[in-house]
Amino acid sequence: MLSRVADSLYWLGRYIERAENIARCIDVNLQLQLDLPGEERPWEPVIHTAGNPGDFFSRYGNASLENVLTYLTLDYQNQNSIISCVAAARENARCIREIISSEMWMVINRFHLKLSNPATKAKMLDNPHLFYTEVKEFSQLCIGVSDGTMNHDEGWHFARLGRLFERADQTSRILDVKYFILLPDPTMVGMTLDTVQWTALLKSVSAFEMFRKRYSLVTPQNVSEFLILNREFPRSLIFCLNQMEFSLKYITGQDHATGSKSIRKLGKLRSDLEFTTISEVIGGGLHEYLESYQTKLADLGMSISHNFFNGLS
Amino acid sequence: MDFKNYKTEGFFDELFQSDGKARPGAMALVNRINELPPGELQRRQAAAEAAFLTNGITFAVYGDERGMDKIIPFDVIPRIVEAHDWERLERGLKQRTATLNLFLTDIYGGKKILRDKVIPESLIKTCAAYRPQCENFIPPKGIWAHITGTDLVRDTDGTFYVLEDNMRCPSGVSYVLQNRQILKRTFPQVFEHCSIRPVDEYSSKLRETLEFLAPDGLHNPRVAVLTPGIYNSAYYEHSFLSQQMGVELVTGNDLVVRDKKVYARTTKGLVGVDVIYRRIDDDFLDPQCFRPDSTLGVPGLMEAYKSGNVALANAPGCGVADDKAIYAFVPKIIKYYLNEDEILPNVPTFVCEDHKQMKHVLANISKMVVKAASESGGYGMLLGPHATEKEREEFKKKVEANPRNYIAQPMIALSRVLTIADGGFSGRHVDLRPYILQGKDIYVLPGGLTRVALRKNSVVVNSSQGGGCKDTWVIAPNDKAPEQGQARQWVQQQQQQQ
Repeated sequence: MLSRVADSLYWLGRYIERAENIARCIDVNLQLQLDLPGEERPWEPVIHTAGNPGDFFSRYGNASLENVLTYLTLDYQNQNSIISCVAAARENARCIREIISSEMWMVINRFHLKLSNPATKAKMLDNPHLFYTEVKEFSQLCIGVSDGTMNHDEGWHFARLGRLFERADQTSRILDVKYFILLPDPTMVGMTLDTVQWTALLKSVSAFEMFRKRYSLVTPQNVSEFLILNREFPRSLIFCLNQMEFSLKYITGQDHATGSKSIRKLGKLRSDLEFTTISEVIGGGLHEYLESYQTKLADLGMSISHNFFNGLS
Repeated sequence: MDFKNYKTEGFFDELFQSDGKARPGAMALVNRINELPPGELQRRQAAAEAAFLTNGITFAVYGDERGMDKIIPFDVIPRIVEAHDWERLERGLKQRTATLNLFLTDIYGGKKILRDKVIPESLIKTCAAYRPQCENFIPPKGIWAHITGTDLVRDTDGTFYVLEDNMRCPSGVSYVLQNRQILKRTFPQVFEHCSIRPVDEYSSKLRETLEFLAPDGLHNPRVAVLTPGIYNSAYYEHSFLSQQMGVELVTGNDLVVRDKKVYARTTKGLVGVDVIYRRIDDDFLDPQCFRPDSTLGVPGLMEAYKSGNVALANAPGCGVADDKAIYAFVPKIIKYYLNEDEILPNVPTFVCEDHKQMKHVLANISKMVVKAASESGGYGMLLGPHATEKEREEFKKKVEANPRNYIAQPMIALSRVLTIADGGFSGRHVDLRPYILQGKDIYVLPGGLTRVALRKNSVVVNSSQGGGCKDTWVIAPNDKAPEQGQARQWVQQQQQQQ
């Protein structure tokens, strides 16, 4: 497969997943505000995960609901807004239209047309929950359509690798930011907690119901364990890494030479999580743990790009 | 909407006779449209336009950063070509294609035709598309123009003329295939009742044509389509064709030449490429051989090509055969190589290179269409009867300054097709571009791109100048396949009687 094509597929997967995660964050925060009116700066953590607070305040002034939703959703100048992600996904898809199925292309193109329609802003503000549900469904539809209409070959695995990489990154960020905001002081870990807030965190990654099947108490420790170390939950870090490994091994096949660096780094990162416990993680500081995890993940991303996308010239 | 008030206004109409009756091939369509409830045809027109947009069958609008592509205007009323007309067109196009191939071989080889003074040598020497780099080279299997799209027009009496040959990556065939998909959804009943020849096999034929060029004995040659990239206005077509053929779409940066062999950069390292359908002009193909400032091409590609390690379609240099001044000589060229008369006539053409002919053109410019020999896309053209006195005078000066670059033709009253416009039906002028593939043998796709000038009375059909397109239906001869349609009709009749 052409390096350029593999690159586009990988980023196609990443951008669609990113759009979904932003929608999740926003949606849950909207719900949370209904439960906890009077929160002073309810949107800052979200702007922090899906944008840049400095950029936001310099251009918008105040964090009114309309401003925040516009910035995070429909602002082309914010590279991480939903519309920017969908536009970038579409641009990547356009470069490889002949590789992906026509159905896949149409799902992406149609959604982009919909977002760029001037009437969208009013609809979004009128019924935000419905709107963000549509964004999530768009991403889910992309996954379903690519699984059901594309050959599960190298290209499909590159798109899948990108999607899981992005998810492995986003889940850790959401956890990190929330944890930081909810418990700014490390000594407070394990003490009084706000069940509503932690429930919201779980919901933002569609984890609440699945969490309940495993744990009875919503504690920071349980939530962190579930989102980092649960092997069955499809958005947990370990799950994403396991599945990435599956795709990466498919891509390299018998030819370990081309991808050896990526395989090695991914394997190390995965086994690190594999053989750790949540008490160890929290004991050493959750934020510190996640920070080091994100650095390793970013390093893995560089290796993937170096191994497969730069092309041998 | 009905056809009661529709008038052919003295033009040849592709669907209606001058007495207002539908032509035989158009009968089923006209009946079907008459049956539709009011407003239904417009609804289907709108549905067709929406389908183009969601499918992304668009062309890029340069300078629009958000990639808001535009669709080419499309009219759901098709143009219909009767079987006997098509039979003649097909023979004529095959004759012309075969001849121009002989011409190219000769002009880059022995130049016999120049020595025999059939064409003035000066015309070749001054031809912008002539490539001295290709002299004394014979392309794989001796074929130069593998993919051609010849522009045809029809005059008031219904005669088809060749207006232009296009041997340099003619585009538009993707619209032919997509228009058909959309019309099958728009008028399914009509397809059941008349025998419209399918166009779907084009992508298979194209792949066969390309694979035929690979070095002998090579199984599963690796074929690629070379595109300038997503910012090219025809990018959609490049990606569509490679998808339909199941071959790789590459940009110049994806390819690299090592030891006179072409390779693609892949996730598994460098992999060889055997045949390239290039949609990049000669000038930009290889900075080492042509324009050194080109960033679209592949350095060293021409050397690999000339060493026989890769085939290029169309062959570099074949543009000399579609120069508008050389076009005027094609009937003579056919006579010279084949000793036959041309089956499809040229539009009478005056070559301004010839001083006498130029004088005539200048004296009669108000009745002529004057075209720049090296331009295309409807640019660099003067429509004498529609131009102002000032425009004519300015154009005369251009012609006198560089006669070699101009030809002139009498204004043809282009045929028309009924089109949805101004809340009703109205006649609009059309041309026709059939697509011809030259590989093991010559294949003419039974269909083509019908371009339509959407402005009333306009005769300029180019999409850059406000043109749109229509599907083109070629009716199958009676003795071939489509009995199926008739059989179905018969079954339905029987059922009704019961």
